[in-house]
Amino acid sequence: MTPEQISRRLQDRFADAVRAADASGLHPHAVVEPGRWVEVARFLRDDADLAMDFLRSISGVDYPEDGKLVSVYDLISTRHGHAFAIKVEAPRDNPHTPSVCDVWPAADWHEREAFDLLGIVYDGHPRLTRILLPDDWAGYPLRKDYEFPREYHGIPCSTETNQERPLH
Amino acid sequence: MSWIENRFEEGVIVTSLDWALNWARRSSLWPMTFGLACCAIEMMATGASRFDLDRFGAGAFRATPRQSDLMIVAGTVTYKMASRLKRLYHQMPDPKYVMAMGACTVGGGPYFIHGYHVVKGVDLVVPVDIYVPGCPPRPESLMEGLMRLQDKIANQTIARRRLEPAKN
Repeated sequence: MTPEQISRRLQDRFADAVRAADASGLHPHAVVEPGRWVEVARFLRDDADLAMDFLRSISGVDYPEDGKLVSVYDLISTRHGHAFAIKVEAPRDNPHTPSVCDVWPAADWHEREAFDLLGIVYDGHPRLTRILLPDDWAGYPLRKDYEFPREYHGIPCSTETNQERPLH
Repeated sequence: MSWIENRFEEGVIVTSLDWALNWARRSSLWPMTFGLACCAIEMMATGASRFDLDRFGAGAFRATPRQSDLMIVAGTVTYKMASRLKRLYHQMPDPKYVMAMGACTVGGGPYFIHGYHVVKGVDLVVPVDIYVPGCPPRPESLMEGLMRLQDKIANQTIARRRLEPAKN
């Protein structure tokens, strides 16, 4: 199916859940209501014509001027060879997005990574903990307003060129 | 640093013993297998037959810190890794030497400004004897660094150092 057909099919089936769709650009995608996302995901996977059986990646994007944290799900169908992306938005001050771990097991680590680096909370995830950074890390580093720590367990984190080096 | 250092007066016997000790130390530097990132590829190349680190007696890469004299920190040190690195350093027996290989370990390298997770120089964690710049350094650079470290070891003495007024 072409991106236009996928987009139209989604809009026909979930008229109230698909907010906007752009099937023409380089990255064809649709914006889905967070409350209906798991339902839409199951349809995308199980529908015989769509058969989006492979979740390629989840990207987290920070839009501070819009006050949004967006999860971008890149899906492909190994059966039909077509690709499509879904964007799910969450408010920046309380970012909650439903987890699709049950639909695509690949979402497990990807969601943990997005939680680790951007702080998007995926409701329903079996074990939503940090995956790359240490467990006691403060803050979410890939947010645009992230402030670098000054010290981590006694190691100075200054990025000033004339920083003092410890004498061992 | 070691059990024998700074215990004797200067003299002919001490000088000869110095020479023998330093010759033994510098001619059989056993590095620890400690590759963290892309610099490790160059370190492996240095150890392999084309460049052959064994010519300098430093080709016996040990898989445990307890058998090694030299820690070549080859690659990006993250804050998560820094605590492990410190522990490995303390597990090495004296006399021990640290070589900072590559731009990341010398001073943060390409991650200096925007790397929230990279230690801005491994000398913030452990004392460093030799800095080998490059991204990554060629095997020739690493061997040059090793030879400079051998020079440094050749100038060690077990004699008690004369107290000199602090230069400031």
